Amino acid sequence: MANALAPQKQMTFGEGGLVLTFIALAALCIVIAAKAYTPEYAFHAYLFTAASIAAVFAIINRYYDRPAERAPLTIDGKPNYNMGPVKFATVAAMFWGIAGFTVGLIIALQLAFPALNFDLQWISFGRLRPLHTSAVIFAFGGNVLLATSFYVVQRTSRARLAGDLAPWFVILGYNFFILIAGTGYLLGITQGKEYAEPEWYSDLWLTVVWVTYLLVFLATLWRRTEPHIYVANWFYLAFIVTIAVLHLGNNATVPVSIFSSKSYIVWSGVQDAMVQWWYGHNAVGFFLTAGFLAIMYYFIPKRAERPVYSYRLSIIHFWALIFLYIWAGPHHLHYTALPDWAQTLGMTFSIMLWMPSWGGMINGIMTLSGAWDKLRTDPVLRLMVVSVAFYGMSTFEGPMMSIKIVNSLSHYTDWTIGHVHSGALGWVAYISFGAIYCLVPWLWNRPLYSLKLVNWHFWVSTVGIVLYITAMWVSGILQGLMWRAYTSLGFLEYSFVETVEAMHPFYVIRALGGFLFLCGALIMVWNLWKTVNSAEKAETAGLALAPAE
Amino acid sequence: MDPTYKAVSEFAQTWGLVYFTVIFITVLLYALWPSRKQQFDEAARIPLRED
Repeated sequence: MANALAPQKQMTFGEGGLVLTFIALAALCIVIAAKAYTPEYAFHAYLFTAASIAAVFAIINRYYDRPAERAPLTIDGKPNYNMGPVKFATVAAMFWGIAGFTVGLIIALQLAFPALNFDLQWISFGRLRPLHTSAVIFAFGGNVLLATSFYVVQRTSRARLAGDLAPWFVILGYNFFILIAGTGYLLGITQGKEYAEPEWYSDLWLTVVWVTYLLVFLATLWRRTEPHIYVANWFYLAFIVTIAVLHLGNNATVPVSIFSSKSYIVWSGVQDAMVQWWYGHNAVGFFLTAGFLAIMYYFIPKRAERPVYSYRLSIIHFWALIFLYIWAGPHHLHYTALPDWAQTLGMTFSIMLWMPSWGGMINGIMTLSGAWDKLRTDPVLRLMVVSVAFYGMSTFEGPMMSIKIVNSLSHYTDWTIGHVHSGALGWVAYISFGAIYCLVPWLWNRPLYSLKLVNWHFWVSTVGIVLYITAMWVSGILQGLMWRAYTSLGFLEYSFVETVEAMHPFYVIRALGGFLFLCGALIMVWNLWKTVNSAEKAETAGLALAPAE
Repeated sequence: MDPTYKAVSEFAQTWGLVYFTVIFITVLLYALWPSRKQQFDEAARIPLRED
């Protein structure tokens, strides 16, 4: 700690500037809250005020607690990694994960038993559904990406994370965005665009956070001591840059007033639809794919203790994937007002995506060649390898569903939901679980509490996923076929409500699958809790026996 | 039919192909050029060489 010899402590430009900015923001938000058109918007303005004031106090407290000198970049020639923000994001990921899976289970049950809407607007399916998708994709997945990207970029660059307050601003600011977005859905504040529901002011806030994220990431790469930028960082960078571009493009809105939560998009009609699905599909391509491929390229080699199968393939994989993905969006708009050639273009690029996707999958799985026995003994590695297998499966299914003739059967049915969840549960969640099972012991410097529990997690949630996706395949195809069935006189054979009735058993099976998946995640939380806490007694022994670094 | 729309779509449909082919070949040459093999083999070991 600071002693008499230490230089005099001074507030940095960043600390002072941020304090003043947050004071100004708090004042502005109080005015907005007072003049807001709706109580819901006023509530959000008060949340912004409270968070700004909390930030001012946090920065000043931190200033009084910290030593006069800034944290050194290296200690004894080794990089002085900054893992505080990584730890926070890891915990936040598990918290939002459980919340998001639970809401998913609730809405699955609402679909099977509509009485569970309880005729309350705040917990009706229409409001809970975006809460579920945002919680699992942006809150759970987003925090996993923040945590792993800050971890991987430091370790593979052998450099301390850039910035002093900036990494914390990114992590806390992002989670505050989640809070605003989520409470907004429950209160009925939405743009009504899938995966882009948050309104203009949350979007503006996210833009500031995201640009800071990009700068922290780039500045950390800039100070790297490793000459080569490892492939995982390329994928993270593509994810951060593309999400920034997509977010700005799809949220080019004009608010009705600064005192209103409502805004209107500058694009209209089919242009808006096209921009929305350019955004929507690349949220899949760059958020749920590129970012998590970065996790694959770091954590699988690390866990298997083998270099990636082919580094050259990873380079081809990277460039092919990012150049093709960006054009695949129109397959969400088959048989709509979108020009035919644009639909065909979207379909063609989706089919071409087979190649880089499978190149990446092969690269991930073949990393284990010569070490396949580890699959039997290490359930964490098994989680990650199965996730890559699911990645291969859903990236086979996706291009197939983008073919117009297949899409004419599958679109608007539960088949899409099944496809999304084989990717989301099988690929995204499993690679995240694998990464977190690696990260928590590394970050807290304690051995994992129980591999046996990881095994239980794996099997319980795998059964859950299988129940989920098979139920949705059957119900989706059934639904699609019932919608297109005609009688000999040319009338539709089934009324809509008959198709809804036919779905019921599959909706129950789906909810059961979701329940098992949630149970698996709860086993994981218990395991991680025991790892972080009970190990405190075994800390000295653990350190002496197996130093994690 | 709006002439600008037609021109833009035709441009995208022809030059798009050239654009992607050139980029893909460049990437292949960069990744597979024999003299870079050693450099990439070393890069693959970055996660395993940590302190």
